[in-house]
Amino acid sequence: MWQALYDELRDLRFVVIAIALDKSADDARPWIEKAAPTYPVLIDTQHVVADLYNIVNVPTALWIDERGRIVRPNDVVFGTDTFKHITNLESARPLAAVRAWARGETSGFAASEMRGLQTLPTALDQQARAEFGLAEWLARHGARDAAARHFVRAGDRPDGAAISRDAAGLGRRRPPLLSPAARHAWLERSSSSARPTRVAA
Amino acid sequence: MFTIIEGGGERPVDARVEDGRVRLSADALREALGWELHDGTLCNDTMCVPLPAGSRLGEGGVFDLGEVAATLDRPLALDAEAGAAFVGVSAGERAQALGSLIAPDFTLSDLAGRPHMLSSYRGRKVFMVAWASW
Repeated sequence: MWQALYDELRDLRFVVIAIALDKSADDARPWIEKAAPTYPVLIDTQHVVADLYNIVNVPTALWIDERGRIVRPNDVVFGTDTFKHITNLESARPLAAVRAWARGETSGFAASEMRGLQTLPTALDQQARAEFGLAEWLARHGARDAAARHFVRAGDRPDGAAISRDAAGLGRRRPPLLSPAARHAWLERSSSSARPTRVAA
Repeated sequence: MFTIIEGGGERPVDARVEDGRVRLSADALREALGWELHDGTLCNDTMCVPLPAGSRLGEGGVFDLGEVAATLDRPLALDAEAGAAFVGVSAGERAQALGSLIAPDFTLSDLAGRPHMLSSYRGRKVFMVAWASW
């Protein structure tokens, strides 16, 4: 999905890193093999990156500059307009922002702006992640029933999150994230939040 | 045996499970999580956390895992029946790290099993996308 962007900008010391928040590498494999990207696609079945960066939805992206600083927080992105009829979000504007950043025409957000834009994890987020972590471990160790209990708890939260949606996928309690209804619901929520203009850069 | 999962690792420990609560000896607590109680303060190699007033943690040499997690402000997911618990990272610690704006480092493998460390991309602009096939 991001191959064209990567091809266009890679000579500018720019890289795309995709993190697959899948249940197993085998779930992600057909998608990755079909797309055959030349940028790294990393498998994160334990949601290490979701925890470190407080990623609560997919697809989202953030920008990290050459010095290893986050200069744009997690934000919804689409590489194509496939879902535009559902999301009413165009891919063009965020992609134009990425291009401008890669070319050095803009520099992402300043530290002071970034702090205002970041969504930091709550105790509830971290409790859900602990439940997910236990469930994932139990599932890997063949304790399916016990795992299911904790996947459900990981998803049992008011705002719904990537981790809980994944969990719910396993526990079959909620529709998977990529269903149009779920996507529509969270996009509505994110567009009605107090931060609709994050596409500024 | 009871398993405590924490910090990317897991440890089998001697624990008594009673009424859904997990009780550890001082030795088991130190082995599993690296914390020891000294004069009303829980300490590991790098920091100390005072017990809240009235806390009975460690009384009689017994440590309730739920109370330990609460004292350390860390989330605990526990399955007494399956004999396993996951001790997560506190919201405060994560918020502090993210607030520094330094991108937290990690190592993950691609489909071919090759490990990639985020910091090895230093010197390049990184567009990091989270997605899932589900």
